[in-house]
Amino acid sequence: MRHSDLKTALTDRAARWFIGILFGAVALVVLLNQLIPADSGLHVSSYTVTLLGKYLCYALLAMALDLVWGYCGILSLGHGAFFALGGYAMGMYLMRQIGDRGVYGNPVLPDFMVFLNWQELPWYWLGSHSFPFTMVLIALVPGLLAFVFGWLAFRSRVTGVYLSIITQALTYALMLAFFRNELGFGGNNGLTDFKDILGFSLREDSTRVALLIATAIALALAFVLCRYITGSRMGRVVMAVRDGESRARFLGYRTEHYKLWIFTLSAVLAGIAGALYVPQVGIINPGEFSPLNSIELVVWVAVGGRATLYGAVIGAILVNYGKTVFTGIMPEAWLFALGGLFVAVTLFLPRGLVGLADNVRQRLRKNSGTSNGSKGTDNDNQPEASHEPA
Amino acid sequence: MNLRDTFRRDRVFDVVRPGTRTINPGELDTGGKYLLYMENITVSFDGFKALNDLTLYIEPGELRCIIGPNGAGKSTMMDVITGKTRPDQGTCFFGQTLDLTRMSETEIAGAGIGRKFQKPTVFPEHTAAENLELAMAGPKTTWHTLVHPLNGEQRDRIAATLDTVGLLDRHDHVAGALSHGQKQWLEIAMVLMQQPKLLLVDEPIAGMTRQEVERTAELLQQLAGEHSVVVVEHDMEFIRSIASTVTVLHQGSVLAEGKMQDVQNDPKVIEVYLGE
Amino acid sequence: MLRVFALALALLCLTSVAQAESPATEPTTTIEEVLQHLRSRSFDDKAAAIDALAHSGHPRADALLKALQDRRLLLDRANDRIVLGERADGGWRLHDPLSEADLGTVESRAAAPITINNRLRRQIENLQAAVGLNNPDAAQRRAAATSLIGTKDPDLLAALRERRAREDNTSVAAAIDTTLNTAALYSEDSDLNTRLNAIEALSGSLEPTVRNALRSRLDSYAPSERKAVETALKRIDARTARYQTADTLFFGLSLGSVLLLAAIGLAITFGVMGVINMAHGELIMLGAYTTFVVQQVFPQGHEWSLLVAIPAAFLISGFVGVLIERFVIRYLYGRPLETLLATFGISLILQQAVRVIFSPLNRSVVTPEWMSGAWQINPVFSLTFNRLYIIAFALTVFLGLLLVLKKTRLGLQVRAVSQNRQTARGLGIRSDRINALTFGLGSGIAGVAGVALAQLTNVGPNLGQAYIIDSFMVVVFGGVGNLWGTLTAAFSLGIANKLLEPVSGAVLAKIFVLVFIILFIQRKPRGLFPQRGRAAEE
Repeated sequence: MRHSDLKTALTDRAARWFIGILFGAVALVVLLNQLIPADSGLHVSSYTVTLLGKYLCYALLAMALDLVWGYCGILSLGHGAFFALGGYAMGMYLMRQIGDRGVYGNPVLPDFMVFLNWQELPWYWLGSHSFPFTMVLIALVPGLLAFVFGWLAFRSRVTGVYLSIITQALTYALMLAFFRNELGFGGNNGLTDFKDILGFSLREDSTRVALLIATAIALALAFVLCRYITGSRMGRVVMAVRDGESRARFLGYRTEHYKLWIFTLSAVLAGIAGALYVPQVGIINPGEFSPLNSIELVVWVAVGGRATLYGAVIGAILVNYGKTVFTGIMPEAWLFALGGLFVAVTLFLPRGLVGLADNVRQRLRKNSGTSNGSKGTDNDNQPEASHEPA
Repeated sequence: MNLRDTFRRDRVFDVVRPGTRTINPGELDTGGKYLLYMENITVSFDGFKALNDLTLYIEPGELRCIIGPNGAGKSTMMDVITGKTRPDQGTCFFGQTLDLTRMSETEIAGAGIGRKFQKPTVFPEHTAAENLELAMAGPKTTWHTLVHPLNGEQRDRIAATLDTVGLLDRHDHVAGALSHGQKQWLEIAMVLMQQPKLLLVDEPIAGMTRQEVERTAELLQQLAGEHSVVVVEHDMEFIRSIASTVTVLHQGSVLAEGKMQDVQNDPKVIEVYLGE
Repeated sequence: MLRVFALALALLCLTSVAQAESPATEPTTTIEEVLQHLRSRSFDDKAAAIDALAHSGHPRADALLKALQDRRLLLDRANDRIVLGERADGGWRLHDPLSEADLGTVESRAAAPITINNRLRRQIENLQAAVGLNNPDAAQRRAAATSLIGTKDPDLLAALRERRAREDNTSVAAAIDTTLNTAALYSEDSDLNTRLNAIEALSGSLEPTVRNALRSRLDSYAPSERKAVETALKRIDARTARYQTADTLFFGLSLGSVLLLAAIGLAITFGVMGVINMAHGELIMLGAYTTFVVQQVFPQGHEWSLLVAIPAAFLISGFVGVLIERFVIRYLYGRPLETLLATFGISLILQQAVRVIFSPLNRSVVTPEWMSGAWQINPVFSLTFNRLYIIAFALTVFLGLLLVLKKTRLGLQVRAVSQNRQTARGLGIRSDRINALTFGLGSGIAGVAGVALAQLTNVGPNLGQAYIIDSFMVVVFGGVGNLWGTLTAAFSLGIANKLLEPVSGAVLAKIFVLVFIILFIQRKPRGLFPQRGRAAEE
């Protein structure tokens, strides 16, 4: 039986590998950026630093989705909404940091409000100048939305594709709402033209490096937290809910509570990812709520492999790297590639790249004749279709 | 005296009057004669009456067998008891105080009703031991399961129960990889871990070998007495080997009830079974 | 019937050509002389000439007045005469005003249209109306009387009174009364009682001119008249409001039928087969592009190309649907979430393919003549033909589908497979084939929906995306697997949307409806009309 506490979550093999590779890669990029002169072939540009930071934000978002989809079986097509809400919370803070350096030079109101002839800050912008308050908002807003939404949905047992479709409707409705100027978040253009964060200029290389490191730390912490949860008894209940919700209910578990907490936690992680994303890319607009974004995120997790956490991270980085390369060389082919990826992964790689690697490893081991069929530490056994009570 | 009058819900029994005994709301009170009271239950699906004015009582510690042709309402009856299906009419009480028709599946399970399904329903991606861990009686809140790993005593109990059903050597195997019979045993073990007051067992011996059937019969008889056990089964042989009381369901209501021999000789029962 | 009536209305300004053929009294002045007066620079002279022309009784008088209105009556500078003409190759093609004989073409500068001002234009219209009052067709007479509402011209009023005396058609008589009563309100010397009667008679009329006339009496010196006007205005406003509600409902119904069309194919694939087809919107888009291509193939056939486009769209979208089912969905039955992802991938591919083939820009589809225009029921309420057709079309498709499912062998087999795959297979139904056909049917209907949508919106690669979420909402709201539920859901959501729009604006209305459905599904996860029974519990 897998027993897990915080110590094992931090020190078991997978965690060590994950954290080792993550910080190794980040350290390498940072060193090559900071210490190697710009004219050397080994120099890594600030663009690459930001790009890696962006990928790591996506990785955190993918991990958040993996937690609900891979472990709890809830396919959320609205996780982009939580990401965007976290991003907007951070964007508000960054807007206020501009102060009177905006085009209209208003010390309090962001430019777009001056443009709309608003006289004072709407109540929900109050406090946005404070960084600690913003940090609370980043977690609270997506978390609260997920909690209320989940409380309603899980209580009335909306599951499967119904849930997927209403999460999609949720992010679509939010997108429509955020496009409106009257909502007070910059409408179409969103929030942009940020100057600095905590007093450090966003244009400085050092700030970008610091943001990358902060993202890596957030990702590592989230990984450890998720591993702790999925390795705990609660994690096993959550997986039981995924494989046979009504059976779990007959065993006396309030399955809706388990789903609710996992969903809320996942939304908070997505919000944090969004908040780290915004200062690195310099803009947040309603396009982030687009249903396409949320569903694209699903394919990252599917490509990497569900219910492994690191699979989601690998998937997010690989797909987005592919996107960067593709859109650079032949932009019109990217959607073909992405569409093909959706189809190919669902048809041929139901367990993603991680599952593929497992299969290859298993075959190698079988060839050397040491297969024992036991679960042990690796989950080698092909899962069988679960039996729902009739 | 009319039996129905005795068990009218609006009647206040002496034992629950203040001063004589204190009953906490939501707590099982087994002070009455019976453990389970199902009265005048009707369930219809699109006009089809799966259960039609069904009345059934189960005593504490009793071993009761339910038989009946397909579509007699056996599974629906279990669904009503476990809260999966809400009856259109009728009452269903667990002990004196718990109205099962108003409780969720979770609450019913928590109150002490365990169910073994017709198809084996174990969690295929969890190991055998983890399946038992999931079923184990005890606090089942999110917080508790998050911060309390299993202690040594609980692990010993899991191992002991796996031993009881002969699956100790499968301790760390995923349940999906077990054979059909092993899954049946695993599920029985899960019900044992729940330590229920009332066990609902739906076709326990399907897919079992002769020895396994005998062990099941033995196990069920052991369980009765301490727990109430309700068994739904087709196999007459098996029922004869374990039964004390048999209830025959037909078209959603009770056709006959009594000792196996009496029931077998009941002309109504013979007609239903021969008429099939 | 409808169209005949509408055509009659559209001819409102044309008056009757038939009139020209009726025997005319012997002209007193020659028509040529009258025409020469039109050369004058003075609008007063022209007015006199127009009057003379109208009263000449000449068979060509109507046609010439019409030509004057349309700036087709020209001054031929070289010959200093009035001719008919039209633009041709940068110049003018001239015709004789009376015989219409071809007079050859001249340069652009060699001729100029006779200019008229608004007063003259109004004069011509009034004259035409006066002629129209004696038209044998009652609808034309009514139109003429209505067009004269607000006139103060004593001659016209006399003509109206004269006609009223002989009129035996009640609806024409009522129209003439309205015009005369309105005139009574404007008249300075009418007595109070006449006006009070007129106000009483006019209360409830929906003509904007009548309303203005009534308002002009609000400052009347007589309190009884002011009171009467207020009451009348109130009644008018109440009636107008009622018709505006009807108008909103009509828009709601038409939006509902668009939703129905978009969702009905999904009701088959999702509702009956349980397949989540995220590429459904793109199948609609394919139907819309088929309409566009068919119109490109038959550039002259805008009036009838829709008849080709509908079956073509059905076949193309249906064929693509069958391909999707055979090559992807077949492997994913029983795994709805995977199906959702795979079909989403397909939708991306289809969108991008259309972008590559047809360019990312929107294409526009020509709406046939018979679909434009409106059925003007009264001045504040009209039903546009394209929306009427969409409603009728949506209902036809719905009923057709219902018939296919209820009455045909295919429908029976589809229902059998959807209820119990194993049993159906045991009965010898080839469920593979049925699945492919069902999916093809649902997809084909999506294509047909695309043809209809192409008449309402731009045809572009994002057409499908705009409808996919709405379609799912409709199906889920109505209850999966229930076609009548889909119908009810589509119309109620359409109407709800349009009722909210004036209050909250279009975007907020949409958000409200989405939020409502999200909350509704949480109260009733199985929609408005849930399937019950053991089969539905799984």
